[in-house]
Amino acid sequence: MTKALVVGIGNPDRGDDGVGPLVARRLVGRAPRDVTIVERAGDVLTLIEDWNGYDIVMLIDAAAPDGRPGSTHRIDLLTTELPADISLSSTHSFGVGNAVSLARTLGLLPRSLVAYAIEGANFEPGADLSPNIAAAVEEVAARVIAELGAMNDRRSTEAAHA
Amino acid sequence: MANKTIRVDYIARVEGEGALDLHVRDGRVTSARLRIFEPPRLFEALLRGRGFAEAPDITARICGICPVAYQMSAVHAMENALGVKVTGQLRALRRLLYCGEWIESHALHIVMLHAPDFLGYPDAIQMAREHGDAVRRGLALKKAGNELLRLLGGREIHPVNVRVGGFYRTPSRQEFASLTEDLKRARDLAVETVRWVTEFPFPDFERDYEFVALRHPEEYPFNEGRIVSSRGLDIAADAYDTEFEERHVAHSTALQSVLKRRGSYLVGPMARYNLNFDRLPPHVQALAREVGLGQECRNPFRSIIVRAIEVFYACDEALRIINSYEAPEVSAVPMEPHACVGHACTEAPRGILYQCYRLDGDGSIMEARIVPPTSQNQLSIEEDLREMATRSLDLADEVLRDRCEQTIRNYDPCISCSCHFLKLTVHR
Repeated sequence: MTKALVVGIGNPDRGDDGVGPLVARRLVGRAPRDVTIVERAGDVLTLIEDWNGYDIVMLIDAAAPDGRPGSTHRIDLLTTELPADISLSSTHSFGVGNAVSLARTLGLLPRSLVAYAIEGANFEPGADLSPNIAAAVEEVAARVIAELGAMNDRRSTEAAHA
Repeated sequence: MANKTIRVDYIARVEGEGALDLHVRDGRVTSARLRIFEPPRLFEALLRGRGFAEAPDITARICGICPVAYQMSAVHAMENALGVKVTGQLRALRRLLYCGEWIESHALHIVMLHAPDFLGYPDAIQMAREHGDAVRRGLALKKAGNELLRLLGGREIHPVNVRVGGFYRTPSRQEFASLTEDLKRARDLAVETVRWVTEFPFPDFERDYEFVALRHPEEYPFNEGRIVSSRGLDIAADAYDTEFEERHVAHSTALQSVLKRRGSYLVGPMARYNLNFDRLPPHVQALAREVGLGQECRNPFRSIIVRAIEVFYACDEALRIINSYEAPEVSAVPMEPHACVGHACTEAPRGILYQCYRLDGDGSIMEARIVPPTSQNQLSIEEDLREMATRSLDLADEVLRDRCEQTIRNYDPCISCSCHFLKLTVHR
């Protein structure tokens, strides 16, 4: 059976960095019931262990601003190198890109690994979500639900033909 | 060749930002300085005027790798000030939380940060091509530690569930069910990790350190004990200032801590192990003997084996605590603030962490002092570097630079905590 995992990454106490967990919370009760939804505070290294055993993994994370705060990027991490200007970085120089490289080397990549990156504007401690980013939360949640739904439909069709 | 300089501008695979300058004149090392240039963090000033109950949440922000250590020293110092003793299952839960931090912090350092030095890889990602099993083990161990932090601390980084007097919420016995299986697996992985690191090539290097660690009448130390040393020091935490002092040095934004009458000293896994071998359970001692570690280790490069032994111990101790756990009736011991002073020292993964607070009548913090392990090890690191470089001057600069970085990483330095990584400059 195909198992899916959504990980909202970020620190809700650091302004727009909290957008990942906020999208994850928006998915609860709306995503297909067999999808696991977790929040992670930013220890990227443990993502590899988190997605162990899952076939489909979606990461939701804030990205450094590239001039268009609130704009969202869907990145297929299995086929695309993370663009340098969309750094889903963390402290201690070990970012999502490193985790993907390490997992690839270890043979621990899921069958599908997608990141939704939302460009942030303000990462100040204690700050609220910027208006543009707040507006992107529902948009990303809806896209993730649609993508998970489409995967479910495909699985049903495949099962019917099996 | 009269003068030579070797420089590492940013030392990789340590927490925080520092650099190393090595000066060599006429074939002699004239200075070895660990330059810490990360801006000061000013946490002690930030604590002034805040309520005593806020200290564990504020100090947890000092470090993303060892927040529990900051929380534990803070709560013990406050309880020492207010005359409260936390016992029974609440005390056991604190020890369990500390096990989680040791497991995740040590596993990260052993496998991801330090092992590449011994095996000749630039980083763990490159190392994973040839040593995939070892890296998978490290990740699984780290995850087991993180899960303990998540359950007891509320989240894996900067936990939010620790309070002066106990916890905000204590778990039920059932909540440990899934963790028990993970920890049993982690314990086996820790034994494999001990055997793996034992096979590394170790430079022949020993120095006559003064080891300083906590010592408890019965336990391998986490939260409690007297501060003891290999040269006869034996004091309670409230006498810390009579024996230790912090000094400003021009090349570091972190204070350097010394023993007043003797100078440098070493804290961390090697000190704990050497001063507390008899407090380890017989089967942990047996594993240490089996891999040739003995009761004492004076080679800082072999500290990676000690760290791995401590991971095994922490998994074992966590399972012991969980097996005998019964949910306590109250999640925290209540207390009334009054004007007072309190001190505490606990064993962070990198060594003893001292905190002292002076409180006003309403419980607000008048004065705070925090002495992290890396400040205490700074001088020892510099002395190791000078000695190592002196013995290795015939090496090519690049090889010497790598060896110096490895020497620093022996200490798993947390530079962000001490001020608080590395840039090496050798001036020949």
